[in-house]
Amino acid sequence: MWTLLQIELFKIFKKPRTYLAFAIIAAFIFLIQVGLMVNGKDWMKFILAGLDETMDMEYDKLINGYAVCFFVLNLLLVHVPILVALVAGDLVSGEASMGTLRLLAAKPISRTQIILAKYFAAGIYVFALLLWIAIISLVFSIAVFGVNDLVVAKQNGIQLIEANDILWRYFCAFGFAYIAMMVVAAIALLLSTLSENSIGPIVATVGIIIVCTLVSEMEIPIYQHYIKPYLFTTYMLGWKGFFYIGSNAEGETVKGSIEYLPAILKSMTALLLYIIGLVGAAVFVFRKKDILS
Amino acid sequence: MPPIITVHQLSKQFAEIHAVSDLSFTVNEGDVYGFLGQNGAGKSTTIRMLLTLIKPSSGQIKIFGKDLSTHRHEILQKIGAVIEKPDLYKYLTAYQNLSIFARISGIKANRTMLMNQLEQVGLAERAHSKVKTFSQGMKQRLGIAVALIHNPDLIILDEPTNGLDPQGIADIRQLILQLSKEKGKTILVSSHLLSEIELIANRIIIIDKGKKIVEGYSAELLDPAKTIVQIETTDNKVAIEQLALSKWKEQIVSSPNGIRLQMNKNAIPDLVKDAVEMNINILAIQPRHSLEDYFLSLTTRPHHVDTTAN
Repeated sequence: MWTLLQIELFKIFKKPRTYLAFAIIAAFIFLIQVGLMVNGKDWMKFILAGLDETMDMEYDKLINGYAVCFFVLNLLLVHVPILVALVAGDLVSGEASMGTLRLLAAKPISRTQIILAKYFAAGIYVFALLLWIAIISLVFSIAVFGVNDLVVAKQNGIQLIEANDILWRYFCAFGFAYIAMMVVAAIALLLSTLSENSIGPIVATVGIIIVCTLVSEMEIPIYQHYIKPYLFTTYMLGWKGFFYIGSNAEGETVKGSIEYLPAILKSMTALLLYIIGLVGAAVFVFRKKDILS
Repeated sequence: MPPIITVHQLSKQFAEIHAVSDLSFTVNEGDVYGFLGQNGAGKSTTIRMLLTLIKPSSGQIKIFGKDLSTHRHEILQKIGAVIEKPDLYKYLTAYQNLSIFARISGIKANRTMLMNQLEQVGLAERAHSKVKTFSQGMKQRLGIAVALIHNPDLIILDEPTNGLDPQGIADIRQLILQLSKEKGKTILVSSHLLSEIELIANRIIIIDKGKKIVEGYSAELLDPAKTIVQIETTDNKVAIEQLALSKWKEQIVSSPNGIRLQMNKNAIPDLVKDAVEMNINILAIQPRHSLEDYFLSLTTRPHHVDTTAN
């Protein structure tokens, strides 16, 4: 299994397509960082318009490395699934269209091993992708903008997180995002086992994410009550929960706390169940598949 | 010789299409077994079932005396195969491709071993070129290197000469004979190029529409008694009418171009003598022993002949 995983990783990281995602992410984050460096203060004033009449706002301090990273994640994590689908959707179907799947499946390795090795390899790719985002959006932003308290907008106002209470929340957020992206990888892998060309699974994965996101966001009772609880997209943005601080009985924020921890844990459980179900289905389909490519 | 492959009443159905029907055959140790059939005859489907790429609808496959469905891993370790087109990872080099498949096959191949294998198929100089720069023939040779890298006991080659130039075809033929004679490998080789198979195979099966038409030893199938004799005359229509009224009428086979008789080669002088007596002006007479004629004569007939020894 370890050998197979090494080989899958070798194949993934030998494809030029793999590095496209890293380049796109770097370019995107760089554009945000430059924009915030030039016009960050004005932008923050616009976002917090009206609040400076009741609070003393130090805009220079509010544009810091943590804030830039938070802004980047809000914009970027919605689009990372496309980049994940680009690689995971190609894992089986790419081999089928290239004709190498029959060579692979005729070797003394089980089909379950092939699928699991591909999924674990996709997991390492997703990890590398998120690590890359973390390095550029967090580490690089901290180096350029420095560190300070983070202002987070909530439904009922804003909340200030102290600088020394933030970093661990980013680790948790990236961990959660990893699980969410692995659901996307599992969907793409399952679709990849059903197709003999790469484009189909990639487009279908992105299509599923778009449709599910739209249904999740629609405030229509039938969707809200009967469909939304079962959609993976309902749980994918749970990483934001790590940036909502819990309060005590007096309404004061408690440092080191998370306001909706049970909801986050529920989301993580739902996503993990999705992963198990989808990967299980991919294994089942691939084991039954007649390889005709 | 003990049987290496035993296929018993193998069938595969795709929706309404019977790709393979009740196919049975045996490949013995040391055989170069020619698997012949026209395109769409069911050769590749059968080979894919032997390699567990396709699940049979019914029937049994035993390889090395073991049931393929229950001893898959153990059996595939001892098989090397080229399946139809030699598709490999185009974005990797020949060396990297070979290294990957060696590792997947469970062997730790060092550089010398990999380079020797590439040398054997004439690709050592292009070892570090990406496969996407290779010609079809080079890919085919690399596919064969991949099939042989783990020193398998049974080699399955599906249309190995496809896309090769005459020299490439001769090289592959030479390699197959070498593997059989010098290394004692058992080889199953499929092709629709019958003239190629007759040069290398000691045993042959011909299938058509998923069914066995004939199986046997090459020497037996090339029996002089089954020689196809083609005759060109000044007036083929009149000649065939006269022959149909003579003792040769049973030997006449379908003849869209000229006159063809299936007969014993030794009877050709008698045929010529009779033709002269019937005032048939012979322009050319050509006895053909090639399996290709035999194959065509069988597959164009409405009925099947089974001379299988099994």
